[in-house]
Amino acid sequence: MHAFAELLDRLVLSPQRNSKIRLLVDYFRTAPDPDRGYALAAIAGTLSLSTVKPAMIRDLLLERMDPVLFQYSYDYVGDLAETVSLVWEPPAGTVQADIPLGEAVERLQRTGRADVRSVVRDMLDRLDTPARFAFLKLVTGGLRIGVSARLAKQALAEMGDKDASEIETLWHGLSPPYLPLFLWLSGEGEKPALSTPAVFHSVMLANPVGEGDLDGLDPNDFAAEWKWDGIRVQLANIGGTRRLYSRSGDEISSAFPDVLEAADFTGVIDGELLVGGTARTNRQTRSFSDLQQRLNRKTVGQKLIDSHPAFIRAYDVLFAGERDVRPESFVERRALLTDLVEQASPQHFDLSPLVPFSSWDELDRLRADPPDPVIEGIMLKRLDSPYTPGRIKGPWFKWKRAPYNIDAVLLYAQRGHGKRSSYYSDFTFGAWTVVDGKETLVPVGKAYFGFTDAELEILDRFVRDNTTERFGPVRALRAEPDFGFVVEVAFEGINRSTRHKSGVAMRFPRIARLRQDKLPRDADRLETLLAMIETREST
Amino acid sequence: MKPDALLYPAPKGLYCPIGDFYIDPVQPVERALITHGHSDHARSGHGQVLATRETLDIMGIRYGDGFCGTSQPIALGETLTVDGVDVSFHPAGHVLGSAQISVRTQGTRIVVSGDYKRRRDPTCAGFEPVSCDVFITEATFGLPVFHHPDDRAETRKLLTSLTQFPERTHVVGAYALGKAQRVIALLREAGYDEPIFIHGALQRLCDYYQTQAIELGDLRPATLAADEKQDFRGTIVIGPPAAFADRWSRRFADPIASFASGWMLIRQRAKQRGVELPLVISDHCDWAELTQTITEIAPAEVWVTHGREEALVRWCELQGIAARPLHLVGYDDEGE
Repeated sequence: MHAFAELLDRLVLSPQRNSKIRLLVDYFRTAPDPDRGYALAAIAGTLSLSTVKPAMIRDLLLERMDPVLFQYSYDYVGDLAETVSLVWEPPAGTVQADIPLGEAVERLQRTGRADVRSVVRDMLDRLDTPARFAFLKLVTGGLRIGVSARLAKQALAEMGDKDASEIETLWHGLSPPYLPLFLWLSGEGEKPALSTPAVFHSVMLANPVGEGDLDGLDPNDFAAEWKWDGIRVQLANIGGTRRLYSRSGDEISSAFPDVLEAADFTGVIDGELLVGGTARTNRQTRSFSDLQQRLNRKTVGQKLIDSHPAFIRAYDVLFAGERDVRPESFVERRALLTDLVEQASPQHFDLSPLVPFSSWDELDRLRADPPDPVIEGIMLKRLDSPYTPGRIKGPWFKWKRAPYNIDAVLLYAQRGHGKRSSYYSDFTFGAWTVVDGKETLVPVGKAYFGFTDAELEILDRFVRDNTTERFGPVRALRAEPDFGFVVEVAFEGINRSTRHKSGVAMRFPRIARLRQDKLPRDADRLETLLAMIETREST
Repeated sequence: MKPDALLYPAPKGLYCPIGDFYIDPVQPVERALITHGHSDHARSGHGQVLATRETLDIMGIRYGDGFCGTSQPIALGETLTVDGVDVSFHPAGHVLGSAQISVRTQGTRIVVSGDYKRRRDPTCAGFEPVSCDVFITEATFGLPVFHHPDDRAETRKLLTSLTQFPERTHVVGAYALGKAQRVIALLREAGYDEPIFIHGALQRLCDYYQTQAIELGDLRPATLAADEKQDFRGTIVIGPPAAFADRWSRRFADPIASFASGWMLIRQRAKQRGVELPLVISDHCDWAELTQTITEIAPAEVWVTHGREEALVRWCELQGIAARPLHLVGYDDEGE
């Protein structure tokens, strides 16, 4: 476990991609089987030790620790595994020794539900702090060490001097501890065979359009499509096998027999899974909450299929027939996709329409006011771009609907959690209104993010220099008409609320910009927010 | 008498109405008693200042000779009477010159710890527990997660990295007063005899430590002309944490960012600062030391100042010790 613990620590603190790959390759070359395979599974998110939930770890700790002190510690550190690894105290006289990673995993896999608690407790007692941390990360899943599955696969490719796409293609047919994969990569075995021809292929993802990203780009080089508010899926029908995958590669075939049955073409397509009617049947696309009725089910009854019919709005094609068309351009793939969808069931497949535009400004206006409520923005795709797995900046962009904006004044600040615990990063902000005949700032919401690290430094400095009062962890800030901190708050929606004193509740508020150029007297009024609700309610 | 009548938190700091003085006030006052030279405790602009000789010297170095109206040094252990209040200073083990301040009248004694630690420190006198009715403690590392490891093992981590990466400059962030000198002294104790390069902001304080018979060895300024990058390969350069962010640290060859602080125990803290080589070396007590100190002194009441007050107050409650947070404004509760 020590080698794995050290790997995790070094990965967390190594900022450079290349040094992370170097560390991973070194570990995969030196660690024995099955340790390295389980480590890979942990990093790539394929290791599931379903019997160990964070709640159990917490329970085990609370057998020995005051819950209030635990809560303070956890709030501060922000990571359950790290907190427990630091505060855990083995009983006096416990002998600590390293347990190999593979042994730990397999012991847990062999352990029945009734004995898990005592096995985990015993391991926590026997491991020292760094190994305890690694063990907890492993058993609770979700390492969060700044290494994606993609980066791990890149390291595997380097280890075996293979192409990363070869690993990608094999990946979803393999399982921990990946013995045949490592045999092949170290040159001691044959290339593993594909388990099913209809494997999942990693999807291509888009980057959000940031400030200035479109400057210098020619609108003529891009196609625009609506971004639909369903779930992104991949449908494969290869070698007589049909499979439906979520964008992360989880198989969801059993919940959508209607779609699979209708997929009588050969190939692999990428699209949005929605419920309602297709454009080809001229019926309404329904909202995400309707789609939710059909998600996360093992089986689905005919009644639900009839009331909530599912379909795929096709975005792209990866395999046309059995031919891999990912290296071809978007334009070429789009032509293939158009043919394919035309021949497919009109109730279950339609083509995501292109949005004609001639300038970014025009597109910006379309984005802000889309023709269908199930649209959440615009996708931009370079006409000459091949289908490349992962989120590469340049070929694809997503440009979401503009959120609402107001200028508000910071009123209170609180420390953040976890890696933000050294900063005042949780802010309550307010807007002006008249209370008892006097202009007053009233709290209208809270925001925890949206700012950059550099902006956080500025906000934190302001809090420390302008605290007027402290209430436990909360600091009240100076906020007067001519002195205070104005921020632009962006949010996705706004509703009336009886829970909040101001009578409004924002959805997903964040600090979009620091407005040091403005004085609090220039900030927005509560009435502006109420007007936003009225406008929305009247349409 | 009730302890609140002897000392209570006021907007400018802890105030003693009988003696009409403040302890570590955050704004200029007529009469101030100062525990130690860190800038959030020792500010300039007071009328009269009472502190240890070393603390007064350090304030003079930081603020210039006119940092207050009049200053009066007090020796550790010596008792002075200020308008009927007996005042004495006792070693706090935090940095050179740091002291706890005891105030006593009519049989009631309150000890203000200032910042303190219990570990051995080659650069200052060790903490001495003083029995009292009310112990006012800091809580910078007042959470059960904090267990500072052995500082010698942390020092070895730096020296090991230096042999592993002889081509890289090891740039160590450390607070200018106390931490920097302690790191240097620890390196010397570990047998490191090479010159250590220091940022200009450390120069006068390091010089001062050396005049106080604290041996820091061969220190050289970390300044260089534009084309001299090679010179710092494989060396240790120490600078204040703020210097990390500016151009200063970028002048060195392929630097490894290191930082000496108790906060470095928490991974995300190290990551957030871009630290590759965290050194968990602290000038404050860890959780075990805070709780042991309270147990050892066994005061009737504990008041908690800056830091993570809530957790320490909770622990006191669980032990049946009366405790409350003071919610003082103006101290750097991240200070280290």
